[in-house]
Formats: sequence, C-alpha cells, structure tokens
Amino acid sequence: MKLDTLAGWARRLRARDISSRELTEFYLGRIDRLDSQLNSFISVTPDLALAAADAADERLARGDEAPLLGLPVAQKDIFCTFGVRTSCGSKMLDNFIAPYTATVVERMNAAGAVMLGKTNMDEFAMGSSNETSHYGPVRNPWDPERVPGGSSGGSAAAVAARLVPAATGTDTGGSIRQPAAFCGITGIKPTYGRVSRYGMIAFASSLDQAGPMAASAEDCALMLNAMAGFDPRDSTSVERPVEDFTAGLGADLKGLRIGLPREFFGEGLDPGVRAATEAALAVLRERGAELIEISLPNSGLSVPAYYVVAPAECSSNLARYDGVRFGHRCDEPRDLTDLYTRSRAEGFGAEVKRRIMIGTYVLSAGYYDAYYLKAQKVRRLIADDFRRAFGQVDVIAGPTSPETPFRLGEKSADPVQMYLSDIYTIAVNLAGLPGLSMPAGTVGNLPVGMQLIGNYFDEARLLGVAHQFQQETDWHARMPAAFV
Amino acid sequence: MEWETVIGLEIHTQLNTVSKIFSGAATAYGAEPNRQACAVDLGLPGVLPVLNAAVVEKAVMLGLAIDARIAPRSVFARKNYFYPDLPKGYQISQYELPIVEQGHLDIDLEDGSRKRIGVTRAHLEEDAGKSLHEGFTAMTGIDLNRAGTPLVEIVSEPDMRSAKEAVAYMKKLHALVRYLGISDGNMQEGSFRCDANVSVRPRGRTEFGTRAEIKNLNSFRFVERAINFEVERQIDLIESGGTVVQETRLYDPDRDETRSMRSKEEANDYRYFPDPDLLPVVIHAEDIEAARRRLPELPDAKRERFISAYGLSAYDAGSLTASRELADYFEAVAAGCGAPKLAANWVMGDFSAALNRSEAGLAQSPVSAAGLAQLLSRIQDETISGKIAKEVFDAMWAGEGGADAIIEARGLKQITDTGAIDAIIDEVIAANPSQLEQYRSGKDKLFGFFVGQVMKKTRGQANPAQVNERLRARLQGD
Repeated sequence: MKLDTLAGWARRLRARDISSRELTEFYLGRIDRLDSQLNSFISVTPDLALAAADAADERLARGDEAPLLGLPVAQKDIFCTFGVRTSCGSKMLDNFIAPYTATVVERMNAAGAVMLGKTNMDEFAMGSSNETSHYGPVRNPWDPERVPGGSSGGSAAAVAARLVPAATGTDTGGSIRQPAAFCGITGIKPTYGRVSRYGMIAFASSLDQAGPMAASAEDCALMLNAMAGFDPRDSTSVERPVEDFTAGLGADLKGLRIGLPREFFGEGLDPGVRAATEAALAVLRERGAELIEISLPNSGLSVPAYYVVAPAECSSNLARYDGVRFGHRCDEPRDLTDLYTRSRAEGFGAEVKRRIMIGTYVLSAGYYDAYYLKAQKVRRLIADDFRRAFGQVDVIAGPTSPETPFRLGEKSADPVQMYLSDIYTIAVNLAGLPGLSMPAGTVGNLPVGMQLIGNYFDEARLLGVAHQFQQETDWHARMPAAFV
Repeated sequence: MEWETVIGLEIHTQLNTVSKIFSGAATAYGAEPNRQACAVDLGLPGVLPVLNAAVVEKAVMLGLAIDARIAPRSVFARKNYFYPDLPKGYQISQYELPIVEQGHLDIDLEDGSRKRIGVTRAHLEEDAGKSLHEGFTAMTGIDLNRAGTPLVEIVSEPDMRSAKEAVAYMKKLHALVRYLGISDGNMQEGSFRCDANVSVRPRGRTEFGTRAEIKNLNSFRFVERAINFEVERQIDLIESGGTVVQETRLYDPDRDETRSMRSKEEANDYRYFPDPDLLPVVIHAEDIEAARRRLPELPDAKRERFISAYGLSAYDAGSLTASRELADYFEAVAAGCGAPKLAANWVMGDFSAALNRSEAGLAQSPVSAAGLAQLLSRIQDETISGKIAKEVFDAMWAGEGGADAIIEARGLKQITDTGAIDAIIDEVIAANPSQLEQYRSGKDKLFGFFVGQVMKKTRGQANPAQVNERLRARLQGD
C-alpha cells in the first residue's frame, strides 16, 4: 500500500477506497515490523484500535462526517486514556491504568480517530532527547545513532517513520517543536489555553500545552480542529470559539511581514542550520513575504527563567506521586517517611529528581523572591518583547533548534548543554504564544526545522504560512530511507 | 507578677456548598469512606481544579457581615507538604492575597460592655482528608471524602485577653456563619473548629510574649479549658525560670492538658506559590452589591430591633438573638400570641429548659412556634393561668397534642365565674373558723393560707386575681 498523509487518508476513507480496518491494520503492521528500530511506542493497543476502526467503518458507512473518522493516530503517553496504561515515560506510573480519559483524547475519539497506542517520551516530559524515558531512548529514524529530540520524541519518530500518520505531543519548553525539527515533521504548540490540559499529566502547569504532530501543516490543522476548544474542566482553557484551522491554509503570503529576531541568528547557531533556515526564508520571500529584522532583547533570559519556573511548578505537581494511592510503591516500607523517600527515589529518574530539587530550592523560604518572583518578572519582559514585535510584524521566524539531532549520550552528562537545545523555543512558552516547526531543509541527511511564532490565537496564520511553504517545497514529504 | 493573656484565634469554617470547592463531588457528611472522592479529590495524574462559584459568594457574605474589605482580586496558592491524607502533596489555599481582609466583630463582655475584636483576614481553602488509625494494625486508613471540602479560615487579631473573651468571640462568629447560612457550624462533625494562639506577658508590657498554637479545638468548652491550661502552663514555666518556646501543641480533653506536637524548628517550609491551575478570583463591585442584598438581618441589628420593637431588655434581646433559629422561633411565637414579653419569658424559660433537657436541636422541637403561641394566647385570654400553662406545656412537649386540646381533655379551663368562686371561698372560710379569727385579729399572713386552700379546692383552675379580690372582701367580712 502506498503511504499517504492524514488528509489524503481522510479523502480515501470517505471515497470508500479503503476501510478504517485496512488502514489500521496497515499501520499496526508497520509498527510491528519497524518500531523495534525506533522504540517510539510504550504501548501499542491493537485490540482497542481494531474495535475503534470497526466502529469508524460503521459510522463511515452511515455517512458520518466526523473530521478524523477512521484515521489512525497515536497519543503521547502523557494523556490519560481509560483502561490503558498511562506511564508518562516513568517507572513511577508503569503500573498506572488511567481510570479516566483526557479531554484531548476524548475529543479526538469523538472525532472518530483510531488510537494505535501510546508513544514514548522523556520521563514526565522532562528532557530534550527522549533519553530520560524509563522505557529506553527513542532513535531518530533519519539516523539511529541520533536522538529524535524530546520530550515528544516517540510521537515525532513514529510520524517521521510513518508508523502512524499523526500523533499528539505536548510542549512545555519546545517538546513538540524541537522533536518535530529533529525528525523532519510538522508540529504546532498552540496558544496557552487553546487546548485543554485536563487529563494531560502536568509537568509545568503554566507552560504545558498540547498540540498535533504530523507530516504536513494541513494534517496538523485537521488534528488541531479536533483537539482545540474550551473545556470547563480546565480553568486555564480559553472560552473562545474555535475556527476551522484548515480554512486559512490557502491564504497567500503577499505582504506578510515576517520578523527575524537577530538574537535567533547569532552565536551558537550551527552554520548548516543557518544556511537551511535562510534558504527557507528566501522561499517565503519569493512567495511575497517581507522579511524584517527585529529584536527580542530579553530572549537570552528565557532559558534561565524557564529553569526556575518549570522546576518550581514540577516540584509541586509531582508531589502526588508518593506511593500512597497509585503508582510505584516501594516494598515493605518501614514507616511513612520510608514509604515516601524510597517510593520516590525508586520511581523517579535522575532528570526528574534534578528538577524537583531545583524547584524545591527556588520556592524555599528566603529564596522565593530571588528566584521564582524574579523569573516571573523576566517572563513578563519576554512577553513584552513579543508584544512590541507583533506591532511590527505578523509572524516571527527562525531556526527551531540551534543544531541538528545530536548523538545519543552526547549531552547526557551536561544538563546545561541539553537545556540550550531549546534556546529558541522556550521564550514562546514563557509568553504563551503559538509556535510551529516545519521541515525547512537538511544538513547532510539530517532534517532542519524552521520555527514560526505567531501572536496569541494566530495558529491559523502559522498553519497557512507553513502550508504555503509546503506547496513550494517537498522537505515535509521526504522520508527516512529505512522506512520507505 | 501580674500576667496578661494574649489570644488570637484561627477558625476554620466549612462552607455548606453541595459540591466541593474544586470538584463536583458531594460534600455530605457521613458517607462510606472514599465514596465521595472523585478523580480530582484523589489527586489523580492530570486532573485540574475548577473553582466552585458558590464558595466565593459565601466568603463575600462573610466579609460584608464583619465589615471587611473584599479583595477585588485574590489568588489561590499551593501550600506544599507531604501527608497521606493530602492527596496532591499540596493544599490549595490563599496566601498573599486572601479574599477578605480587615474586618471586625464586637463581643459582649460579662460586665455588659462591648469589645471590638479585629479580623485580620479570611481566606478560602480546601480541607484535607482524614487518617484513620482505629481498626488498622501497623497501617493507617485514608478517607478522602472530606478532601476538597470548602473551608474559610478566619484569622483574628491577637485582641482577646482571656479564655472567656476567646469563647465569646468564637460563639459570636459561630452564630454569624449560621445567620448567614454559609455553614452548618456543626462542631462535632468538624464544620467549625479553632486553632488558638496563646501567649502571656507581664501586664503593662506592649510587646507580645512567645506564643504557642493549640491545634484543632472543636468545642467551646475545649477552647476555654485548653487556653486556661496553656496560660497556667506558660506562667508556671516563666515563673520557675524557664522560657516559652514557639511550638504547636495539641489539647488532650481526657487529661485536660496541652502537649507539644512540633517546635518551630520542625515546622514545614510550605513553599507557597500561586497555583498555576487556577485563575485569580476577580470580584466586581456589582458582585459585592448582589451579595449585600442577599445578607439576612445580622445578630447585632436583630438585637437592637428586639429591644426597640418588642421592649425587651438588652440581656433578653441578646439571648434570643444568639442563634438565628431561636430568634426566628421567638418572633413567630410573639407574632402568634401578640405578647412579646410573655413570649420572650417562655422561649428563654420553659421552652429553652425543655430543649436543653432533651438535647434536641430547635428544629426537632416537639412544640412548634405556632403551638407555643396558642398556649400563650390562652394565658392572655385568661383561659388558663401561667401555672396551669406550665402543665399544659409539659403535656404538649410529651406529644399529647395542642394547647386547646390538652386544656379541654384535662379540664384545665380556668374558673372565672364569680358565683362559683364565691361559693368555694365560703366553703373554705366555713371550714377554717380559727384561722379566720386569727386573720381578723391582725394575722395578715394567713391570707396566703386561704388562697392556697381555694386554689387547692379548684385544683389551681380558679383565676388567681379574682380569687385574691373576692377572698379579701369576704375575709374582711363584707
């Protein structure tokens, strides 16, 4: 069978060219055959998938027009799915069968999506390489010696290798965009509040946001249509009508003002990534966009501010994993303190522990003002930078990551080097803006991603720019040779 | 040395909402363990809190009732600590920006004066679950039904100077939350409980002594006894050369003493920070006005009205307005019988006594306000005397029926027929010639003897005023 995009499969399902069961079996077969090279799934759920596919086929036969009807997808293992292990990449939740379903999953199920399984991820979404997963690292389909990025590395690798046409991701500091860039796919982190966080296991609540990862901007738009929307169960979700994100895909780029922050093209940027990004920008200019140099003067503060705010929130969010009600519990605890300390020492990996300790420290009496409060002020400065910039330009563009995928183990010993992998993406989370990464070229065999940042709730515009770029280029359609 | 006691109270009041503060689970008391704990209350991975708007309304009503400032913007914060009955590892509370600030409550002192007690703040928070130790060996049971129950914590200034003042403040606040209808105030079920901060200092000194915090006092009596014990303990300690250390103490009612629970050094660093899962609570002027319109008449205003409208004494008005139910009951009785003072005497007297004896709440009283009003009407229209009315009341309490039915059935109707009374008087006089002689020769005290004899013969049913009048005339020999 010839591979297709999510949008392509949707058309073929509706044309009754193929059934959802056939499509589901086809992708389950690919996972079965190929995932041993990648380790992109933590759980594959063929029985549930085939039952959902059969149900979708019945609905298709009745002429049901649900937008994702019969389409196979994968859920990042951070989303609670009723009756299915929801591990969050951690030993802590290896035994956790979710007793309820996340809003995102519920909405996608209602739209007719067929879940094939749960994808691998950095433990509790803390990592930029997928090496912190309790279930082992995911490998980059373009080069198995290299990382797929993280934390949504399983979703990115699975989509890049076409083990599934689309998957969900979550992005706290770049966890959708950086792996999308490393694996040569398209991913969008929507505006904070666009997509419900209910049932999405929290890492840093004020930054976490779910979004789609797929081969193309069009596929992401289809996915986002199903994922986005107000949820009364999430107080931070925004009560605002959801537009049809596919509607603006055809908008041309004439007169579009694209801002290029000089801070994103400075020191530390790999020359190959720079060249690929500049070539991609030239394509956009040829389509009529205007390139304007801008400045985001406080963007250099984003990594340090992020590594105060995110650990602070995580130290509190992860307090519930105490061995009392669910999750890992140590054997034969001697007393309460022993239960807590051993359950947590055994259940959490090193990176999670590091962040819990940093977060506990920055919130401690006497340090709160110097760290947490200061970081929140920096956050406001960063948001102000963007607000000023969007007075001048419609979209901001630059490289998603300063480099191409690095080798497994290359940065494991140096957390700060690892953290710098997200230097261009983190500011977007701190400001709560939407950000997209799309394949923009290659360095050698390795993909390069370009990031597009939009104003609040301007996802449709970002998807439109990416779609126009993808009409002109075929980077998004290229596949790693081993998986063709 | 003469010592002065300084007390501040932190009172936790459960708000009587149908569902919890951040989830849709029910708040009803007494369910099977963990049957009223939903995914949010259990702190499952991925769940999020959503604020129950009714909780905010109730807090605003409280703030208005204590003349406090209602914060236009208040913020929920996380108070982080590990405990098995705290499912998320943090309690959602308010810290830097509480919903209510700077109010006050006036208490009545024994000498009849009033004293103003400052309320520093009142903030919203969720209750924790309960750890159960009975029935488990080498383990602890956790019941999370209570987890997420809405609480308002009301923090006073250190303005109280004796255990009695502390109890007066606590009672006043207890009455207030029940007047407002924002809490059932049930102390046995923990709906209204108190932490007391207690210190002593030499009289005349302005700076405070080191305080101890006594946790979880759930009755007025325990508050009084715990504070008195603690004051004695601190004075004894200082006078014997020791120093008070800042610590948390527990009151043991069985031994009537407080015991150290943890010292300041062992205190948790709660690492408060604004809860990123919840938006700030924004309250507009219109919301405050809407809440103001919903306020019932408050105890102090009601007390003033009872004095001016019913002519009651300040003491009686104070007693009758101590609880909203009692005040409502009184007003219904007064309206029903048209005699407010008589109603006040009965409600505070026989009625309250019977209620206390039965240990029932007012709501379970076997004598309704309308029933009591009927009884009092019969005193008013002289169908029965006040004395007979007590007998009728006891019968009503025992469930024998309404006042009129009992009077009829027992034949208790007052004798007001002058001829009948005169006949009985004549009989009595005729039967006691020597007493008559003594009376006529100046032994006035014997008048009471004759009254007694007449009443005895009529089984108390003769109208006492008439008996007095007729008897006096007859005895004088007219």
